[in-house]
Formats: sequence, C-alpha cells, structure tokens
Amino acid sequence: MKLAFQLAYKNLVGAGLRTWLNVGVLAFSFIIILFYNGLIDGWDEQARRDTIAWEYGHGQLLHEKYDPYDPFTLDDGHGPLSKEQRKNLVPILIRQAAIYPQGRMFSVMLKGVQSDQTTLELPTDAFGESDAALPIIMGSQMADAAKLKEGDEVTLRWRDKHGTFDAAAVTVVKVFKTNVPTVDNGQIWMPIEKLWEMTGLTDHATLCVANEAFESKEVAGWTFAAQESLLKTLNDIIATKKASGSIMYLLLLAIALLAIFDTQVLSVFRRQKEIGTYIALGMTRTQVVGLFTVEGSMYSVFAMVIGCVFGIPFLSYLAHTGIPMHSGSQDMGIAVAERIFPVFGLQLIVGTVLLVVISATIVSFLPARKIAKMNPVDALKGKLV
Amino acid sequence: MHTDTLISLNNVTKRFPVGEGEFTALSGINLSFKAGEFAGLVGPSGSGKTTLLNIIGSLDSPTEGEAVVLGKRISELSHKESAMLRNKHIGFIFQVYNLLPVYTVYENVEFALLLQNVPAAERKKAVMDALEWVGLAGLANKRPDKLSGGEGQRVAIARAMVKRPQILLADEPSANLDAENTYAILETMKQLNKELNTTFLFSTHDEKVMKYLDRIVHLRDGKVESDEIIDPEKYSL
Repeated sequence: MKLAFQLAYKNLVGAGLRTWLNVGVLAFSFIIILFYNGLIDGWDEQARRDTIAWEYGHGQLLHEKYDPYDPFTLDDGHGPLSKEQRKNLVPILIRQAAIYPQGRMFSVMLKGVQSDQTTLELPTDAFGESDAALPIIMGSQMADAAKLKEGDEVTLRWRDKHGTFDAAAVTVVKVFKTNVPTVDNGQIWMPIEKLWEMTGLTDHATLCVANEAFESKEVAGWTFAAQESLLKTLNDIIATKKASGSIMYLLLLAIALLAIFDTQVLSVFRRQKEIGTYIALGMTRTQVVGLFTVEGSMYSVFAMVIGCVFGIPFLSYLAHTGIPMHSGSQDMGIAVAERIFPVFGLQLIVGTVLLVVISATIVSFLPARKIAKMNPVDALKGKLV
Repeated sequence: MHTDTLISLNNVTKRFPVGEGEFTALSGINLSFKAGEFAGLVGPSGSGKTTLLNIIGSLDSPTEGEAVVLGKRISELSHKESAMLRNKHIGFIFQVYNLLPVYTVYENVEFALLLQNVPAAERKKAVMDALEWVGLAGLANKRPDKLSGGEGQRVAIARAMVKRPQILLADEPSANLDAENTYAILETMKQLNKELNTTFLFSTHDEKVMKYLDRIVHLRDGKVESDEIIDPEKYSL
C-alpha cells in the first residue's frame, strides 16, 4: 500500500496541469461544502442561542388550553399561578389587542411580562425607567411596520376578562433590536402587573418561561415543554434548509468527481502501455488497480492541502467577521441575525473530508476495475480495451 | 555451463480469435533453454517471436501444450503467481523501452526493487550498480524524455537487470537504435550474461543482434524452422 501511495504521488505530480485542474475543482467544492454547512451550522447555533435567550429560556410552562400555533386558544388559554408556583418562572400573559398608529388599526399580540425579569433578553427594565402610565416596548420590525418610535403615544384597545372593550393611550418607551421575529413582529410588551389591572386577570398567565434554576414539577392545568421540544420546529426548519442547500454543493461535488472520473477513464485508456509495463515488471493486476484508485483518492488529499491554503484564511475571515444577511431575511419567520457567523466544527470538517475522500476513491475505483480485465499483452501494445 | 533447463516448451500452440475464426501464432513449439544462454528467436514479422516471449514471460499462456519456466507451468499460474514469477525472476526489455515517463532514470531502475520491498540502502546500491553497468550513473536524475534512444534502452536494460533475474527477455531491443547504440547495448548485455550467468532470450530480425547470439532459433509461420547453435564449444561445456 505504501508503494501505491509513493507511486501515485509521483504519477500525479508528474502529470502536471491535468492533476492541478482536478485538484483545483475538488478543492473549490471542498471549501464550498465547508462554507455552506458552516453557514447553516452558524445560523443554527445563532438561531438556537437567540431563540433561547429571547423566547424559550430553559423551557416553558404552558397553560393546558393554550396552543402557541392557534390564536383562538388565547381567550381561554390562561390561568392563575400563585407566587410559589411562579418561582423561577417568568409569567407571560398574552391577549389580543389593536393599536391605532396614525389612525390605522393594527392588530397586535399584547404581552404582559414582569419588569424585573432577567430570564429573557427583553429590555423590560425600560418599563421601570419610564414615567409613562402605560409603557410599552416593541421590536424594531414592529416599530417599522407601525411607524412608531421611542416616545410615541398610541391608542391601545383591548378586552378585559368579561370581553368588554377598553382603550387607553400607551407610550413606546423602548424599541429593541432582536433577531427573533416571534418576539417582534406584531407584538407589543407591557408590564404584566398593568395588564393584570387592565384585563382583571390578576396573577394569570398564558405561559411561563423557566430560568436555569427551575425544576420541572407537576402543576395542575399546566404542561411543561422542555427547551429541546420547543426548539424542534426551529431544528426542522434548519434541517430542511440544509437538505435543500445540499443539492447545490452536491452538484458542485458531482462536477469535481466527474472530472476525476473522466481523468481516470482517460488514464486507463491512455496509459495502457504503462499499465502493461507495471504488470510486466511484476505488479499484480490488483496492485495496478490499487495504484490507479489511490491516484484518484490522492486528488482529494491534494485538494485538502490546496483547500487549506486558501480555505483556512477565507473561512477564518468569514468566521471572524460574519456574513451580512439582507434585511428581508427576518421574513423567513425564524431567528436570523444581521450577521451570521459560520461555525466550522470538527464534526463538519471530518465529515466533509470523509465525504470528499470516499467519493473520490469510489469514482476512481470504478474505471480502474477495467485494468483487472486487461490482457497485459494488449496493454503493452497499447490496444484499446 | 548450461546444465539447468530454465525454460521448457513442449508442443506449445497459441491461437488468437480473429473475427469468427482463429489465427494460429504458434504451432507445436518444442524448445528448451538452459541457464546462461544468449539465444535469439529470429524470424520475419508475424512468425510468433513476440508471442513466444510473452508466454515465456508469463504475460500470456499457451492454448495447447505446456510451457514450464523455472519449474512453473505457465498455464497453471494465477495472476498473482505469474506476477511473482516476473517480479523475482524475469526481466523484460521492450522495443520502445517502456520507461515510466514521470519517473527519473534512477526511479525507473529502482521500480523493480520497490516491488520486491528491498531495503532503501540496498536498493540504492543496486540501482547505482545497475546504472554503472550500463554507463548511465551520471544521468540518474534525468527523465526519460531527456534521453536519447540508446540511453533509454540502456536504462531499460538496467531496470531489467537490477533485480538480477534468471531470465531476461528482450523483444526487438535494437529496433529503434542506430548501429552504434545497438552494438553498445549488445556489448553490455553480453557482458552481463557472462558476469551474472543470466539467460538472455531475444526476439529479433536484426543482423547486428544475430552476430552476438550463441544460439539462433528460426521461426516461420509459428513453427520452429531451425535451431542453430552458433558457439558449439560453449554448449558442449
């Protein structure tokens, strides 16, 4: 085997430009695969981190009648929780409401949250820092959509626990930036104590976000959803993105492998005399097949080396500076930061290396098998097989 | 001394399929060659010289009859066994040298020893000795495309001889050489034949080569026309 590697190395280096063209294409594919998967992994990591920080915390205790995917459950999907039951939890009461910026009606989810909570990244401390009677905060996407800014007053209409409409002017005390659209788009946040007063639903919550000290326990009428189960939707979306994106890099890899396959097929035809000479000098056919297969897989090894030369600085730069995402990316409905920092983990790198090496070896072996059927006398004469 | 029979051909026949019929390249060949012979298969194109060399070199096997080389029946050898036979005991010299183009002269000669897993120091000495024999030690780092025809053929001789084979098969070794180079390589081969007692078997129709042979087997239409001992004194020993 060592001999096959020695000979393959010499043959490839000796082949000159033909080798380096194949290596170049394969190295490019290798880097693109790493880049794309690193980007998705970086996005995945960022989306998980931000979604946990802004929305899910360490899990959520959901009222049994509340379904996050069904707004019709909001009316009944809430219930009281005692202070003891709320220990290590941030209660959130969700009500449907409307605001009237510049006279237009704008349906919103009105969410009450504690001013002093620290479990979520929401800047709820802004409630306490304001003198406004009814302070609200909202995300920048929401503020843009409603054409509101910090300091603006806007009419809010809501219904109390009896279904009676009421309205009051609320003041935007903070517009925050977040990568998590589910705490931003169509939502306004206010102190839960105020919302309890406004709705008459004192101590009620629709859901509670757990902090890291929370210990899951049975609470009648409530269901605990662990962090991982809450992230399942996000994971599914990212997995779908990864699968659809893989078509692009698999096509690229296929082109590179086709180039190797083509070179190997040509080699078997063009190098028949050489093959015959190897056999005449005492190599077994299996050894010659092995030599040609190793030559093919060595393209991938060279591609790794070349890929490292331009890939490490390029990917390191991207991992350091991040990749800017266009403003419309928030419309995808999941957390997308303004910049995504690709993550190139060991698993990704080892997996990509194995993918490239194994696939290059397979496409090299397929044409090389012909050698095993070659008559050495015909090979020495250079007759076509 | 020609005491040990290295090659024994008994009623060897070789046929090749041609279209729907067959072409008989060799027909009922009975020959034997002993250690240290410097013999040639002589005949016009198509007389079966190269086919016979290929069978002796275990690159091919007879359709009928028996070819025994160094005690091994060629038709019974597996691919691996015939590769082993060539690797250890048989050297080839080809008409167009068949040097490996991306290797240097040194690496071409070294190749046979790499296949035998000879240790590096021993390998280096053997390669340099072989290049000294053929007078090309100074061109060790050159690639085949930088060599003249004569130099290329001498590299091929060094490559064939470096493993000290018992049998060396040379297929039209002078076909691409001028007279001066032909005589030079023949002198080299004759000297190696004497020094190492290697059996040389040529396929040729070159008069210059024939002058050096101790035994000439004339082939015509795949049959032995005559088997001529040129140096009876040597054969009587």
